[in-house]
Amino acid sequence: MRRAWKPWGALAWLSGILFVLPVLWMVLTSFHTESDAATNPPSLFAGLSLQGYEEFFGASTGQSPWPPLINSVSASVGSTVLVLLLAIPAAYALSIRPVKKTSDVLFFFLTTKMLPVVAGLLPIYLIAQYSGLLDNISFLVVLYTSMNLPIAVWLMRSFLAEIPKEMLEAAALDGAGLVTTLRRVVAPVAVPGIAATALICFIFSWNELLFARVLTGVVAGTAPVFLTGFVTSQGLFLAKMCAAATIVSLPVLVAGFAAQDKLVQGLSLGAVK
Amino acid sequence: MPTQAPPKGIGAAARWARRAPLLPALIFTIAVTQLPFVATLIISFLQWNSLAPENRGFAGLDNYIAVITDPNLRSSVLTTVLLTASVVLISLLLGLGIALLLDRKFRGRGLVRTMMIAPFLVVPVAAALLWKHALYNPEYGLFNGVLKWIFGESAAQPDWISTMPLTAVIAALVWQWTPFMMLILLAGLQSRPQDAVEAAFIDGATGFQVFRYLTLPHLRQYLELGGLLGSIYIVQNFDAVFTITSGGLGTANLPYTIYQTFYQAHDYGQASAAGVVVVIGSILIASFALRAVSSLLRDEVK
Repeated sequence: MRRAWKPWGALAWLSGILFVLPVLWMVLTSFHTESDAATNPPSLFAGLSLQGYEEFFGASTGQSPWPPLINSVSASVGSTVLVLLLAIPAAYALSIRPVKKTSDVLFFFLTTKMLPVVAGLLPIYLIAQYSGLLDNISFLVVLYTSMNLPIAVWLMRSFLAEIPKEMLEAAALDGAGLVTTLRRVVAPVAVPGIAATALICFIFSWNELLFARVLTGVVAGTAPVFLTGFVTSQGLFLAKMCAAATIVSLPVLVAGFAAQDKLVQGLSLGAVK
Repeated sequence: MPTQAPPKGIGAAARWARRAPLLPALIFTIAVTQLPFVATLIISFLQWNSLAPENRGFAGLDNYIAVITDPNLRSSVLTTVLLTASVVLISLLLGLGIALLLDRKFRGRGLVRTMMIAPFLVVPVAAALLWKHALYNPEYGLFNGVLKWIFGESAAQPDWISTMPLTAVIAALVWQWTPFMMLILLAGLQSRPQDAVEAAFIDGATGFQVFRYLTLPHLRQYLELGGLLGSIYIVQNFDAVFTITSGGLGTANLPYTIYQTFYQAHDYGQASAAGVVVVIGSILIASFALRAVSSLLRDEVK
């Protein structure tokens, strides 16, 4: 390979740096004191401090961030598990032993994703209110499941469709039962697919703000709702807000970086391999 | 596609055995996503304000007339279209440019790709808060700080959000969505048949000709897919509008406006009518776009 000066490489580096800069700025600011965070021009080389993180953990307000963080984990993990339980059999019925009108069913699922959630917000709110499920995390689990199910069905189906037909036929000829076929032929292909699907569903649930804001309060409030509470009209809040934003984004950043390739496939509903 | 089509003359029992694994997901989806819309439809014909519950009654088409003649709602339709179209187009173009750069070999390519993905992995509301307070703030935001670094004490210190509110929201969203477009387009570029490209170069084609006649046609379905999926998410954007401008200064899009009607005005009937109008609009666009636009999704289910 040539080791000559490559303008394209430099341009790529420049755009990468420009895009990552706000994220780095967020992390740097989170390690500054409130007064260093609010200077103009910015104090790039000010001493580092854990003040923002101490404030996030309630140093002066006494408000613990753990309940909202745990709520977010429960809502995201709970809905991801439920999504997988519903989506895997559905994907099976849409790929390995397909029903008639498979493509109609698939497009029906996708169409529900295009309906604006706000249009159903009011009846959902009223149902929660009359059934005593306002401010209850299990109600969010149901909603997040419905939000992610279409994506999961598409994704799982695209994974299961990769299983060669010949292998399934061979298994049937050898007299393999359903359980053996699932374990020996389907599972090896499906497991990485399940991981990719779980990643995408977890990220979307973890990020959700609108439902969480309308349907939860002090008990079941999630991390994104908690995050908006760091903005105050009095006093400085930039460092602790950046600390909070960093902590709340950390699980998604770690999971996303670790599974970059799965991310592409997941975001494109399995259409891009 | 390696799927087994159901054989002809299949029995009813066998058909139901095939359908059974699909039913839980289908019933769940219909119950949670479709039934609320039926309820929305019913409420939209009622006069129902939660602040005056004793006045509940049939309203006929009053709510719809109020919605259609409401200048706020009409302007929010326009804002939604403008916001979605600009974010999708700009991030598609930027994403294409960066994907073309990342398709070349250079030192640190993996690291640059990782850096590019980062914005998409910041929780959306955290990203919106970051842009509003750490970047746009006129007194201590990074943008004005950089201006002071470059031009000294007398540098202009614009109040970004109040002077260009919609652009501010668009810029923050473009920053988050460009990585998404870039990832899809890069996957498209890397699935391009290399031998055709090499043959074209041997035949004396220029880089631009290869791009125009080989790369771009191949990328077309990836561009469509990115545009379609991006639109699905951005048309429903709530976090950025809610956080950066609180829907003020002409940036209220449809999701925000409906949220506000419901949350602040307590007019359930009118909020529902607005919801129904939005749903009808979405169904028209969705049924059209889903099947027409993305050949990748169509190929996928063949």
